[in-house]
Amino acid sequence: MKVRIATPLLSYTGAREVEAQGGTVGELLDDLERRHPGLRFRMVDEQNRIRPHMRVFVNREAVRGLDAPLAPDDDVQILQALSGG
Amino acid sequence: MPEPARGPLALLVATKKGAFVLRADAARREFALEGPHFLGHIVNHLVLDRRDRRTLLCAARTGHLGPTIFRSDDLGKSWKEAAQPPAFPTSDPSARTVKHTFWLEPGHASERGVWYAGVSPQALFRSEDSGDTWTPVSGFNDHPRWFEWTGKGQDGTPDGSILHSINVDARDARHLYVGLSSGGVFESTDGGADWHPLNGGLFADFNPEPYPEYGQDPHCMRLHPQAPDVLWQQSHCGIYRIERPASRWERVGDHMPREVGDIGFPITLHPRDPRTAWVFPMDGTQVWPRTSPGGRPSVYVTRDAGASWQRQDEGLPRENAWLTVLRQAMTADAHDPIGLYFGTTCGELWSSLDEGASWRRLRSHLPHVYAVEAAELEP
Repeated sequence: MKVRIATPLLSYTGAREVEAQGGTVGELLDDLERRHPGLRFRMVDEQNRIRPHMRVFVNREAVRGLDAPLAPDDDVQILQALSGG
Repeated sequence: MPEPARGPLALLVATKKGAFVLRADAARREFALEGPHFLGHIVNHLVLDRRDRRTLLCAARTGHLGPTIFRSDDLGKSWKEAAQPPAFPTSDPSARTVKHTFWLEPGHASERGVWYAGVSPQALFRSEDSGDTWTPVSGFNDHPRWFEWTGKGQDGTPDGSILHSINVDARDARHLYVGLSSGGVFESTDGGADWHPLNGGLFADFNPEPYPEYGQDPHCMRLHPQAPDVLWQQSHCGIYRIERPASRWERVGDHMPREVGDIGFPITLHPRDPRTAWVFPMDGTQVWPRTSPGGRPSVYVTRDAGASWQRQDEGLPRENAWLTVLRQAMTADAHDPIGLYFGTTCGELWSSLDEGASWRRLRSHLPHVYAVEAAELEP
């Protein structure tokens, strides 16, 4: 499936939209990590929690956990809510 | 004592918005700025491996992306990210997470490729492959008293509690000292397998017991590279010195001028004279402005192991200069005479080529400076 990538992660993917596979958000991120090493830890901590300010939207609905299911034709967007000076 | 350095120099400047490298020849008169590297990243520390003089490690995060380490083996021309940055095990029973890496330290001269990293919360990590992969130093991070010593990882600076001031005994790779903010000073004599507090004589004015076994706030601790029984410390509550095997620190800051006091963040040692050190005092009264006392910044030097201190402010602003110099932001090179350097939170970089007698501003308008390291390059 196509995954839309937040600009702060562009140094890993080189593109705003990339291909990845997975039956859950966690599996999708694992596949993204295989394709773009280093990306996962910048957005998910070592306790498998999506970091604050990182947002994953599936079909424009926010999901919070890595166990959220995905279907092959889902629209996935990884966004970041920037704040601070 | 080693011969003074005679080669070119690089100042490694870590800031809130990226890293900068300033290069100079041996005369150190002109510094050419390279960077920014990692513009927009919060860079806490940029350090050269003094053993190979080529490998740079950079501790970075952004306000929102997780913490990582970047590595360069060509003095910053190209960078690669660590394959496995410092992280607690996923099985950690307290579900701890690394907020950021604060301090990077090359290991002992005999252990090529070994590095240590101090992180927030107060934990220690080790790499044996020049910073590519990192593993927890379990002897500290999982010590049965870790929660007591660290205040459950909650007591710390506004940017989070930190492990800093990692010092390796030049005689013995297994002899380590670290500082915790807060928590105090801790020592290991077995390569990090076990640790004990080393806080005798260290005052803690924020604690109901003023001289506790642990819980102090050492801001910056330095072990002398040529006299590795001598430790200096600028703490939240004074300037201290100890000569091991003594276990009680002496508050040498009592000899500072009363109107200035002995509160500050950094302390810098003379690389060849264990009786000489420099501090940058700050206002630690009432709500702790943490700026230059009275708006009149100055370095203070002692050349007699803290028995007396002299003001060194020639060239620095004489009034209305509310500077803050953080704990990693003052350093010395190894030339003769040595050069001294400090960076401020308002983005200035200052240098002295006469051991502090006079100062000149090298740069203005950099971002908030977190750390400055003087790296001796190959001639």
